[in-house]
Amino acid sequence: MATGHTPSKDRNLLAVIGDEDTITGLLLAGIGQVTQDQRKNFFIVESKTEVHNIENAFSEYTQRDDIAILLINQHIAERIRPTVDKYQQAFPALLEIPSKDHPYDPSKDSVLKRVQKLFGE
Amino acid sequence: MSGTGPRESIFPTRMALTNTKTRLKGAQTGHSLLAKKRDALTTRFRAILRKVDEAKRKMGRVMQLASFSLAEVTYATGDIAYLVQEQAKSASFKVRAKQENVSGVVLPAFEVDRVPGTDFNLTGLGRGGQQVLRSKEVYAKAVETLVELASLQTAFMILDEVIRATNRRVNAIEHVVIPRLDNTIKYIISELDEMDREEFFRLKKVQGKKKRDADAAEAKRKADLVAQEQSLEPGPAVDAAPVVEAFVDDESAPVDLLSSKDNDVIF
Repeated sequence: MATGHTPSKDRNLLAVIGDEDTITGLLLAGIGQVTQDQRKNFFIVESKTEVHNIENAFSEYTQRDDIAILLINQHIAERIRPTVDKYQQAFPALLEIPSKDHPYDPSKDSVLKRVQKLFGE
Repeated sequence: MSGTGPRESIFPTRMALTNTKTRLKGAQTGHSLLAKKRDALTTRFRAILRKVDEAKRKMGRVMQLASFSLAEVTYATGDIAYLVQEQAKSASFKVRAKQENVSGVVLPAFEVDRVPGTDFNLTGLGRGGQQVLRSKEVYAKAVETLVELASLQTAFMILDEVIRATNRRVNAIEHVVIPRLDNTIKYIISELDEMDREEFFRLKKVQGKKKRDADAAEAKRKADLVAQEQSLEPGPAVDAAPVVEAFVDDESAPVDLLSSKDNDVIF
């Protein structure tokens, strides 16, 4: 138990992987953080961004220990679905959010899928 | 005969029987406690599940609203994406984790921790400042919803894990530990009974042999007496009679005792 909650104390940032609009909005809300060595907590995905770059960003944010919540656009999560579905850790919490062009589809969410499965049994 | 099901390799003694019974009692107490814990967690889990489902749907609406306000900004000021990305330096919108305890399980909950002042004081200075400000607020609200949802979701993940572990333990106790102790107790009892029966049989044997020896000795003595009577004159024979009787009394007393005990023991 002790190892479970001590790290969550220092986690206080949000991170985003998303398209430009989503990121602009979230940055306006003030979640952006750039460290001295130019490490950002947001990663902009365009249509020409390659899948392995997204996966790299995903694994970087899930391994950083100052991030409490990782937001990812659902249509981007869809592109790296196997990696997202494999992700089971409690920290950082992974949240799939809708984007402007892609409305939210609850049936694709990896967490909601589990919810449905549990309700279904 | 006691080979039904697995049991512990233990020497069947009364001591071991007492110990095993105590352990069985302990296992039963543990089982009921764990089952209670599981029920408490499951209740909590169901509530969280419902909330997660609700919050996810709410998030869809909130984010739509936020996107719309951003579109307004873009309409009023032009594309500010690049500007915003370059100006982001340090987060003013952070979260803080606090803990909540549900039957010994620590659930984290995130709280919004906003620092006043932003990196984007100059954005929208030319025009569209109103819209930018409004968009900022709308997005902040949206992110608050997201943070709330994230804590629910984290609680969901952790509870899921803990419930699984508890279920495993409950099932292990119910289907492995308790039957095993039960089998052990049955084994010990049957072994002890077997030992009792053997002991009883042994005693019977000893008794039978003693009785036979006594009978033989008495018959021999009687034969000797008859022989003596025949060989001696009548005078001393009268003297000898009480001696014989005393002998008979001495011998018959233990025989009676044994036979009466027999009646008792044979049920």
